[in-house]
Amino acid sequence: MQDPRPAGAAGEVIQLEARDFSFWYGTTQALEGVNLAVPKRKVTALIGPSGCGKSTFLRSVNRMNDLIPNVRHEGDLVLDGESVYRPEQDVVLLRRRVGMVFQKSNPFPKSIFDNVAYGPRVNRLVNGRAALEALVEESLRRAALWDEVRDQLGENALGLSGGQQQRLCIARALAVSPEVLLMDEPASALDPIATQKIEELIHELKSEYTIVIVTPNMQQAARVSDRTAFFYLGRLVEVGNTEEIFTAPREEQTEAYITGRFG
Amino acid sequence: MSVRAGGMAHAGRYARRRRLLSSFMLALTGVASVIVLVPLLLIFYYLISAGAGALNLDFFIRLPAPVGETGGGMANAFLGTVLLVALAGAIGVPGAIAAGVFLAEERHSRLARLVRFVADVMNGIPSVVVGIFVWAWIVVWMGRFSLLAGSVALAVILIPMVARTTEEMIHLVPRELREGARALGFTRWRTTFGIILPAARAGILTGVLVALARIAGETAALLFTAFGNPFLEWRLNEPVASLPLLIYQYAISPYDDWHRQAWAASLVLIGFVLVLSLAARFAVKSPYRGG
Repeated sequence: MQDPRPAGAAGEVIQLEARDFSFWYGTTQALEGVNLAVPKRKVTALIGPSGCGKSTFLRSVNRMNDLIPNVRHEGDLVLDGESVYRPEQDVVLLRRRVGMVFQKSNPFPKSIFDNVAYGPRVNRLVNGRAALEALVEESLRRAALWDEVRDQLGENALGLSGGQQQRLCIARALAVSPEVLLMDEPASALDPIATQKIEELIHELKSEYTIVIVTPNMQQAARVSDRTAFFYLGRLVEVGNTEEIFTAPREEQTEAYITGRFG
Repeated sequence: MSVRAGGMAHAGRYARRRRLLSSFMLALTGVASVIVLVPLLLIFYYLISAGAGALNLDFFIRLPAPVGETGGGMANAFLGTVLLVALAGAIGVPGAIAAGVFLAEERHSRLARLVRFVADVMNGIPSVVVGIFVWAWIVVWMGRFSLLAGSVALAVILIPMVARTTEEMIHLVPRELREGARALGFTRWRTTFGIILPAARAGILTGVLVALARIAGETAALLFTAFGNPFLEWRLNEPVASLPLLIYQYAISPYDDWHRQAWAASLVLIGFVLVLSLAARFAVKSPYRGG
């Protein structure tokens, strides 16, 4: 059986695919002809020095870049066989399917419960208080936060520690039942123990979600991801199974980066 | 050993100098703040010594006594000021907050730039000019001075203040909060009204209270709009009294009793502004904490 798509070992389903995707902020080109396939229910790590375009790529998937004036793109990003840029694509629906976790945890200045419940409520995903409570609990459990906050659901989320806030943001994203989870340096502001919890969480979540994670930390990429894509100067230099990228990279630039010779 | 001790002594000298300089600067700033406080305390002292004697229950519940008689109160002015401020707030605050939201959301658009510029110019317009403007448009049109005209004049002063404060307070909300909401699939208006405005609530409330305190003491804008009224009045199309107007009127009169009452009214007005400012303080006690 022949698979024309560039990535994907046997049996893998491609959830997200960039096809010759380029991106500009005004006249500055941030991405140049990126071809990348993201397999379903795997963790794909995007690595590369700062300014290499990895965050731009991530934020193009749920079209968060639309919020910035004077941006444009060429090529396409295809989610489950359909372009996220097709004219009839509802951005609100897209962002419900593609959740996002940010570098700086950003819980709403509301109660812990309301942080998780707000999305489902706005999107009318559940009917009735009991169903909503069940969904909040399930989301917090999936984010490995339930046991720590079960007795303080009514308290302000800003009182939580940084690591707990970040897991709350993950729970918030999971509550609207996304298929893809984008993580933009989710642990870069956290201490090692909180980081470890996030990494363990990523391991558990990948059985149900397709995860794309941008990380400045190569050890983290090696620990959490199945596939790794190395970006440099807006180009995708190399993508492959994480083990291969870190042990036997094909490209010299990749090797130079992962061995710490630049970046 | 000796070198080390020498080094320590050297460091000790510097530390002493640094501490001295620090104490000196601290004392300097302390003196500066006392100097700033002195006029305020003097005003308070003067108001209390000159006005407290005229403060009694009658002062709040009686109408002014006819010329020549002593006693009487300012009930008409208290009611008038409360009505004017409340009505001006009701007219001005919702629109001003909406304008502030627009300025913050569309801050680079041509219209926002224009609105911001106009608001800043309006903030600098002398209130007597606002009074003349409202006189020309509303008093002349209605054919009479009125509570409505006075409230509109006060609202015109309030709107640019509240709009600009709202804009600034929305700017203070972290960008990440907006992105988080948008990434969850919230529409733009839902993000603004459900997340951003509540997060900025305390600051916006402070701005509103400060603006209300400011217009409560406004005099010139009411001269040709609310005009004044020796009787209790609450109808929209009738002239009303107000504290600042009555203070002005009593202060330039030749009667000692009126002078005393003018001092007392000033004391009450300052007290009212103080209460609003304290309320504003209380509102920002815990910034960036919603419910």
